[in-house]
Amino acid sequence: MFDTGKMSRTLPTALPRSLLAEPDLFDDLPPEEHPFPTYGLSKAGRPGLSLRVAPTLAETAQRIRPTTLAVDRTLPVLEALTGLLPDGLRRGVTVGVSGAGARSMALALIARATQTGSWVAVVGAGDMGLAAAFEVGVALERLVVVNAPHPDQWAPVVATFVGAVDLVLVSPGHRLSTGDARRLSARCRERGSVLVCLLPEGGSPGEGWPGRIDLRFSMGEATWSGPDASPAGPLARLRSRRVEVSVGGRGVPDDGRSDVLLLPDSTGVSARL
Amino acid sequence: MNGAPAATDSPAAVRTLVVGCPDWPLTALSVDPGEQALVLGAGRVVAVTGPARAVGVARGQHRREAQFLCPEVRVLARDEAREARGFEVVASALGAVTPWVEARRPGRCSFGVRGPVRLFGGEVALVRHTAEVVVAAVDRLELGAGSHPGCRIGVADGAFAAGLAARVGGVAPEGAVVVPPGRSPDFLAPLPVEVLTTPLAGRGAELVDVLIRLGLTTLGAFAAIPVADVSARFGNDGLDAHRLASGVDNRPVGHRSAPPDLAVSVPFDPPVDRIDRAAFAARSAAEALHERLSARGMACTRLLVEVETEHGERMSRRWRDEGVLGPVAVVDRVRWQLEGWLHGPPAVRPASGIVLLVLVPDEVVPAVGRQLGFWGGASAADERAGRACDRVVGLLGPGSVRVPEWRGGRDPDDQVALVPFVGLTGSPTRVGPLEGAPPWPGALPRPSPAAVHTEPVAVDVVDAGGVPVTVDGRGVLSAPPARLVLPERVSLGIDPETGSDQRVTAWAGPWPVDERWWDPLRRSRRARLQMVTADGTARLVALSDGRWTVVATYD
Repeated sequence: MFDTGKMSRTLPTALPRSLLAEPDLFDDLPPEEHPFPTYGLSKAGRPGLSLRVAPTLAETAQRIRPTTLAVDRTLPVLEALTGLLPDGLRRGVTVGVSGAGARSMALALIARATQTGSWVAVVGAGDMGLAAAFEVGVALERLVVVNAPHPDQWAPVVATFVGAVDLVLVSPGHRLSTGDARRLSARCRERGSVLVCLLPEGGSPGEGWPGRIDLRFSMGEATWSGPDASPAGPLARLRSRRVEVSVGGRGVPDDGRSDVLLLPDSTGVSARL
Repeated sequence: MNGAPAATDSPAAVRTLVVGCPDWPLTALSVDPGEQALVLGAGRVVAVTGPARAVGVARGQHRREAQFLCPEVRVLARDEAREARGFEVVASALGAVTPWVEARRPGRCSFGVRGPVRLFGGEVALVRHTAEVVVAAVDRLELGAGSHPGCRIGVADGAFAAGLAARVGGVAPEGAVVVPPGRSPDFLAPLPVEVLTTPLAGRGAELVDVLIRLGLTTLGAFAAIPVADVSARFGNDGLDAHRLASGVDNRPVGHRSAPPDLAVSVPFDPPVDRIDRAAFAARSAAEALHERLSARGMACTRLLVEVETEHGERMSRRWRDEGVLGPVAVVDRVRWQLEGWLHGPPAVRPASGIVLLVLVPDEVVPAVGRQLGFWGGASAADERAGRACDRVVGLLGPGSVRVPEWRGGRDPDDQVALVPFVGLTGSPTRVGPLEGAPPWPGALPRPSPAAVHTEPVAVDVVDAGGVPVTVDGRGVLSAPPARLVLPERVSLGIDPETGSDQRVTAWAGPWPVDERWWDPLRRSRRARLQMVTADGTARLVALSDGRWTVVATYD
């Protein structure tokens, strides 16, 4: 891959010799990460007794891992949501969703990521409509549901999932402590999981999630199309809900972004107008 | 081509005796084998008595199916702890026959016959003596039923053949099957290839399916294929299956004794005498053992569980499974064993608390498990998610983590059911309706509601004049609904103080449904309506037995 001999022939000769010399591929690594560690050798150069010299496969993989691109630090979102999240869902953020239709929005937010191999754990939202989740596009085979644990065990359970699965969808049924919320958000940032929190309707900013929320989705006015007030014919049924969704927070312009979505529409997929 | 092409280059199969107590889950629950009864585990039938089997009830059936075939059947829930306690008595009684008893699961164990056969003077005498010991031990359990189905014994070269011999035989000692030395291939040849499903665990069903479609319906036909061809076409799994079918060796290819430094020991201070504390430690010990083995590219096929008590007693028991013991299987075995020792009858119970638990991988094979992506990727994500679920099950108890299963139905809560998470093998398979499946007649149209209330909320639906709305037998509304009167506003997430107008602005339906009209107890006749109220919320409202409820909200 790095054919330095060939490169040296094509480079202009004005370059200093030090650049043309065969570089030590690992001279920029700290000694403990050097692939040929010398600490096991005695002064005479004979192998010592104590330390393991050969790196394990996992260590090798870690060392030659390709650079993480910005695109790998985000989770993909549905086509319909690219107006709200043009770069996808950044890993490590804490997301709050509030307003009427929050559940549909949360499901739409995670749908694409579950299709591409991410798992989602739903903790404490026992009334989540799984048929609706399927229609929005959530891959149900990568979804696990835990009923609301006892308040003492809530934080340990959520912390177990953070880091192990990419998406954790919570609906705290009790008052969280600020410390727990802060620790869980920090753990998300560190491990790259996304915590999606369903916030109670009309609550004050601290209610539901007493910590900082990086991305906040608010559901605006909604209108349903389909049925009407007159005696319904056989074809009348709920078809779609037109709703304005606005998002604010980190990585979003100060005045926020908003978009009008059909969430859900009759095919179950939220479509962009 | 003879029946055992690989016999020349393989170690001789160990002559083994397998003891099986048929329907152990029933025996442990003190069920009289003369009555119609079955034991349910994880929603499926795991054991059936003779009379119930006679009318068609079989293992693996759903409860519904079994009760349809045999309506009077007594249904019992499985009690694994009791099975383990009872079986430890049997296994320790067999200590009088040989010290090398290998337990397989509660109700089944095996040992090599080479030593004890000389002590008792012949295999027939050994079988008779073993049967006496086991029957006496089960009698001593005083399970209360008075009678039990006895035990079955098979002797053959290799544990696979011996296990099948025990299965095809009758009640020991008269019905015991002793396959003469060297005749195991002949014994196995006429048996159907389906018997390979169990020993190969998760990989067996697929292989068996392919073999049947190739026309290889008996073990003999499969064994006659040259080993090189099997290896080329089916890989390692095929090779293992071929060795079993040829009656060569029950152990997977490449087994060897493990170096002693792989053992994991857990000291207890203070000493434990309760199963829950010990089992908790067993879980982390099993994880540690698994990590230690997989770091060396090995997997365990036989496990030695050892404990030391405060008074210096040492107890140990070997456990073997068909195939490789994963971390979950190890935890199960250790829990069964500790249950047997700690809560068993006084004869096997240690005199004091346990101070040390040691798990020794007694026999290992090179791990040919799943190939993970080099830099993680999807398979690593599955693995991590599975482990997190295991940990949460450990925190909250079994059944706390549930996964969706597609059922299909007419209501939003019927379509997907949640079933307990029981470990993950391989990549998850798609959950959703079958491709091209016809729609359920009477099902609600899409989209489905995003919030399905666990407890339907009682409401009143009234027309413009304040008269309750009804639906007649033909599914026609008495009057258009005008208002929803919600007595329990808070439970639907509506703030009672601000209040909200529950005037119905638009509605659709009704969708009548009459399910199970043949069954007076579970019949369900209802009409569903979609209603949009003035605050812009759409709800699914159902009328059943004259009462309206809010079933779901289109959140």
